[in-house]
Amino acid sequence: MLETMSSQEINTMPRGAYPVQVPEKMEVLGLNVSYGTKQALFDINLGFRPNKVTAMIGPSGCGKSTLIRCLNRMHELVPDAKVEGKVLLDGQDIYGPDMDPADVRRRVGMVFQKPNPFPNMSVADNVVAGLKLAGTKDRGHLDGVAKKYLERVHLWDEVKEDTKRSGASLSGGQQQRLCIARALAIEPEVVLMDEPCSALDPTATARIEQLITSLKENYTVIIVTHNMQQAARIADYTAFMYLGKLIEYDETTKLFENPREDLTERYITGKFG
Amino acid sequence: MKTRRRLVNRIFLSLCVVALLAAVVPLVSIIVDVASKGIGAMNLDFFTQLPPLACTQPPCPEGGLGNAIQGTVYVVALSSLIGLPIGLFSGVYVSEYGRASRFGYLMRFLGDVLAGIPSIVTGVLIYTIIVLTTDSFSIIAGAVALGTMMIPIMSNTTAEALKAVPNSIREASLALGTRKWRTSLLVIANAKKSIATGSLLAVARITGETAPLILTMGISVLWFGGFTVPVASLTYFIYYFATSPFQNWQNLAWGAALFLMVIVLGINMGVRLVTRGKRVYA
Amino acid sequence: MGRRRSAADSGFKYLTVGLASSVLVIALIYFYELYTGSLPTLRTGLAFVFGSTWDPVNSHFGVFPMLYGSLLTSAIALVIGVPISLGVAIFLSELSPGRLRSPISFVVEMLAAVPSVIYGLWGLFILAPILRADVYPYLEEYLGFLPIFQGTIYGVSILTAGIILAIMIIPIIASISRDALLAVPDSQREAALALGATKSEAIRMSVLSYARSGIVASIFLGFGRAFGETMAVVMLIGNTPVVSASLFSPGYSLASLIANEYTEATTAVYTSALIEAGLVLLLVSFLANVVARLMISRLIRSREAASYL
Repeated sequence: MLETMSSQEINTMPRGAYPVQVPEKMEVLGLNVSYGTKQALFDINLGFRPNKVTAMIGPSGCGKSTLIRCLNRMHELVPDAKVEGKVLLDGQDIYGPDMDPADVRRRVGMVFQKPNPFPNMSVADNVVAGLKLAGTKDRGHLDGVAKKYLERVHLWDEVKEDTKRSGASLSGGQQQRLCIARALAIEPEVVLMDEPCSALDPTATARIEQLITSLKENYTVIIVTHNMQQAARIADYTAFMYLGKLIEYDETTKLFENPREDLTERYITGKFG
Repeated sequence: MKTRRRLVNRIFLSLCVVALLAAVVPLVSIIVDVASKGIGAMNLDFFTQLPPLACTQPPCPEGGLGNAIQGTVYVVALSSLIGLPIGLFSGVYVSEYGRASRFGYLMRFLGDVLAGIPSIVTGVLIYTIIVLTTDSFSIIAGAVALGTMMIPIMSNTTAEALKAVPNSIREASLALGTRKWRTSLLVIANAKKSIATGSLLAVARITGETAPLILTMGISVLWFGGFTVPVASLTYFIYYFATSPFQNWQNLAWGAALFLMVIVLGINMGVRLVTRGKRVYA
Repeated sequence: MGRRRSAADSGFKYLTVGLASSVLVIALIYFYELYTGSLPTLRTGLAFVFGSTWDPVNSHFGVFPMLYGSLLTSAIALVIGVPISLGVAIFLSELSPGRLRSPISFVVEMLAAVPSVIYGLWGLFILAPILRADVYPYLEEYLGFLPIFQGTIYGVSILTAGIILAIMIIPIIASISRDALLAVPDSQREAALALGATKSEAIRMSVLSYARSGIVASIFLGFGRAFGETMAVVMLIGNTPVVSASLFSPGYSLASLIANEYTEATTAVYTSALIEAGLVLLLVSFLANVVARLMISRLIRSREAASYL
């Protein structure tokens, strides 16, 4: 019977209800991370569903940013960073001895908290920056890709008059959408977002939240947010972290309405954080 | 990822390390060569004797460069007397009075630009103004030339040092009713270490100058003879002796180079070690 | 309490203003004196700059070979020195472990502290012989199809002077470029790396282009320094007023000309010609410095504005 079900149908079944485990897109196994002598993550075990939005919430310093940066090996840029454990992408450990971090990052893209377009490149060039790095030279093809992804993030209409303008000349919200377009243009499988809306105003935030929801059709989205309401709005699954440990992980509605852990409940009801 | 990209990455990063070596090796070579070739000339005679005659056949008189050391000390002292105070007060203006005015900005800008004028041009200037009119080389002309070079350097150093003093000190002083000029003195006192180190660097810089002296102070094989005659200097003698074919002169040139390097590099190293972590602008 | 300034206050202020204007006064005097001093030969106009004959006996003053030498040696200095300086700057900013940064910067700054006459001395006795015996023959053998590497090999030559100048301008270009690179925000590097760039690609794509104007400004400053450098060049260039395509040939520079011939200048015209050479040096270095400082101040101002966003 399972063979005749589409993956869509399988993924909308409640967790634990089907006999065959749907493979997670990414899995974190026994992850311990430290900076020098200070440990930031303690034995994290977590799975991320394909084509879903998973949010990570928790008070400042809980380790959610560290964790998301381990998923595309950006954490290694910090001096004295040590990672123990495994992070699997489609079953393959991204920290394996033969894995090139740059290859990992092409498959697992990232959007940062503060929009960081390249100021000396035009809007269009920003979008295709990743492709140019990979060696694509055909101007016509690149222009087509730029238009496609600018449309995807609903930025095309706003910039089409002048795509040659500098990437930094846009407003904050537009810049962030540009950065999302840039991340999508290399066609990653997973998109990581580290507090993508925290530097933006409510209108811009709303547009990006809409965009994120539409992305899960084609990508697996993992988002860190300090805004619980945002998680409640857009995430299918939510993980709550505290002081470097994973406290609870469940479908968003279940986590917010009926949390299993006392700590989770106190955080959600605003008793701390 | 294509191996080509990985290879390009490796090559690029290795080239940066090669560049570093290319920059460091000459310095090490200079220090080692000057030390090894100059140490032989370092004896009491070097400091006390006058330059020997040119010698084509041994035995060659060794002689010394006592007069050159004397001349350099005198001209540097005189130049500092001219350049340091003027430069200091100029920097005080730029930082304490001229920060908001366009004139102050212009002085700061000009100071930066003037500090980059080649030293031979300064030599030509003072040659035109003083040497041609007095029809002789002199230590005065040399001191004016070197002092003129010091003024923009000192002005910038002082301005930067004063700007680094936090505004809270100025405000606290003014709020107590202190006059502006007294407050400025207080600010200067707070920046005195930076100003002192900046002055030392400026002094080290002009000690090593040759071109202006060629055009203003000339050269002499005698001890200091007065304020209206040519005077010897270490740098000019290094040039003069190094470009000569005589072995005893060349030896003295290396000796003078060693002595000069010890002083100039010594001051620079000393200053930078003392101010480790803090920027010094000179 | 009124806002009456005390006499001491006014006095102090006028003192500092007066002494500050010394900078302006000095600048004006430079131009005035060098201009009036060279009037006799300025009247010959462009013949001075483009004439190739330097014949004081017959009062023919053409400095083209010297101008050529100054420009060519400066160009060589940039061609060799800029890549090395950038490599050092990139190493210090992007590649070096934090602890090594200070000692290495220190060493680079020591290069700037060595007096130029000592560069000349070392160049004359150590560098030039090595170049003449080992390096130049190698260049002639393998690259001799290029006219710049043909002809008789001399130790004191344009190329040797250019090489020593390259070493001398490394500290200027490297330290300013390093500061420009360090000022690039980390978010730019992260953006490039997150797209799958290698370390060198991230440096080239985001850091170098962001720091571009600071780097260009430093190159202008380096050029100004090389163009006006006297002692090291006069000891290593050969002091022969010829224009040759070969880099192995001796040559002459404006600064060397002045240093060599000032004592010979017995006539007023001769003196005027040397002063005009000085005027050319003044104009070129002044221009290079002004352009560089303008770029740097524009950079600082745009950065201050950006930090408010």
